[in-house]
Amino acid sequence: MKIAVCVSHVPDTATRIKIAADQKSIDPAGVSFVLNPYDEYAVEEALKTKEKFGGEVVVLSVGGDRVKETIRKSLAMGVDEGVHLKTDEALDSFAIAQALADEIKSLGSELVFMGKQSVDYDSGMVGQLTAELLSFNSISVCVTFNLDGNTITAEREIEGGKEIVETSLPCIITAQKGLNEPRYASLKGIMAAKKKVIQEKPVASTPALVENLQLKMPTAKNPGRILGTDSSAVPELVKLLHEEAKVI
Amino acid sequence: MEKKILVILEQRNGKIKKSSFEALTVAQNLASSLGFSVDAALIGNEVENLSEVFSYCSCKLVHFTHADLQLYSSSAYKKIAVEYASQQGCEIILLSNTSLGKDLAPRVAIGLKAGLVSDCISLEQKENQLFAVRPIYAGKALQEVKLNSEVKVFSLRPNVFKAVQLETKANEKISTVVEENPDLSNRVKQIIRSEGKLDVAEADIIVSGGRGVKGPEHFNLIEGLAEQLGAAVGASRAVVDAGWRPHEDQVGQTGKTVSPSLYVACGISGAIQHLAGMSSSKYIVAINKDKDAPIFTVADYGIAGDLFEILPILTEEIKKLKS
Repeated sequence: MKIAVCVSHVPDTATRIKIAADQKSIDPAGVSFVLNPYDEYAVEEALKTKEKFGGEVVVLSVGGDRVKETIRKSLAMGVDEGVHLKTDEALDSFAIAQALADEIKSLGSELVFMGKQSVDYDSGMVGQLTAELLSFNSISVCVTFNLDGNTITAEREIEGGKEIVETSLPCIITAQKGLNEPRYASLKGIMAAKKKVIQEKPVASTPALVENLQLKMPTAKNPGRILGTDSSAVPELVKLLHEEAKVI
Repeated sequence: MEKKILVILEQRNGKIKKSSFEALTVAQNLASSLGFSVDAALIGNEVENLSEVFSYCSCKLVHFTHADLQLYSSSAYKKIAVEYASQQGCEIILLSNTSLGKDLAPRVAIGLKAGLVSDCISLEQKENQLFAVRPIYAGKALQEVKLNSEVKVFSLRPNVFKAVQLETKANEKISTVVEENPDLSNRVKQIIRSEGKLDVAEADIIVSGGRGVKGPEHFNLIEGLAEQLGAAVGASRAVVDAGWRPHEDQVGQTGKTVSPSLYVACGISGAIQHLAGMSSSKYIVAINKDKDAPIFTVADYGIAGDLFEILPILTEEIKKLKS
């Protein structure tokens, strides 16, 4: 079984965002990029599935040269091969899904993992788009995953609970925090990753379906009032919430 | 043919969700400025109070029923929505960006060869073009986009658009379609409810605890205040990672992005990834020992003191106010 895992390379969540001069992207200066946190769960689940059923794991990532770093990190965690779907354009989710779908098809993979969303553009749709382009089943926002023969059962997080979803291969699973505990790359893994091959394939340019017009910063909130330093401030707080904010 | 907006409504346990009424209000406003008409599709079996739809929007409601459609099935729901929208030539499709809407919207978009903007916090028309704004980086920045496809799908963030009742309720136009053999190749078998628990993503008030709470055993202070306020209990990443609280309670960039009317942050210093997830709340209260904590930069009201002293008294005062 060939298992594919799709990852993205995103600014660390502790990063402060500045908008670049073009008003359409963020200024990458001083930003540290990491493997998208939700994709770490996807990599871990792909590796666990391989350990259970055999096969190999291939990591795919779409983007400019810097995504190689994230592919390398996945290889260090234990992924067998990497494919860099190279483009220097800022693609929309539809174009990313198309590039992933084309590559998954040519790999002949029937089980694909990816994070439920990347923490940069937060679209949360690439998994389902890719699945629909391939006519695969898919379950999003999974906190458990179980494969039994051809049947997949997974729990997905919903408001105030979980849904138990059943479907079958071929399938794309998108990972939510809680699915597993991602392993750390061992020193041996890091060394081995340096020798693993990353194939580079160009992504064909397509007109954007979703046109990015501009990025803006949200209106900054004015700092409010510190009412006191102990419980003597409580009556005033309750009064303000009741009479001024009218929220209680 | 008259141009159409399709609103895909959502029911859980046979009740139409509040966020669906918000989407109906958005549809009503867009329809009147663009000269479109509105259809609303509701998939489910037994649903209460269908006529409530007409309090928010003048539309035609189509109710698709089948015993196996009460719970979500991505394959069946997608097929129904795509077939209906293409038959009717709907040009704008609206959904709520709930866990169901997030899963369904991309599938509908591909089925209709449409573009999709997810998690919109604003959707406006200027010169017959639609412009959407959505938060990115969990709200650290905003992105303005438009779709270059003929059919356009938008999912709307819950709790942002206000559901507004019409002055006079619209005429009820309901048609029922009994589905035969829905495609259940991908379906929910069962829902596991967290017992009596209010989800942070849906709550109007949230009381959150951070590392300052000092241990899972002290979360009863947070829960007690939440109970008095009818609020959901939230948590910072630090306490979720420490295993004090379950992940579904986490607010912030790797948890949930929330916009309640009131957010009470207790013992939370306000790491940037937490602030990103909650700073769009309408009112923020911060209770934290450290007066220089970043949480105070977004708080409307703060008490720079010990939460162990303050919370029991605050809970008591709110109890008094409510009685």
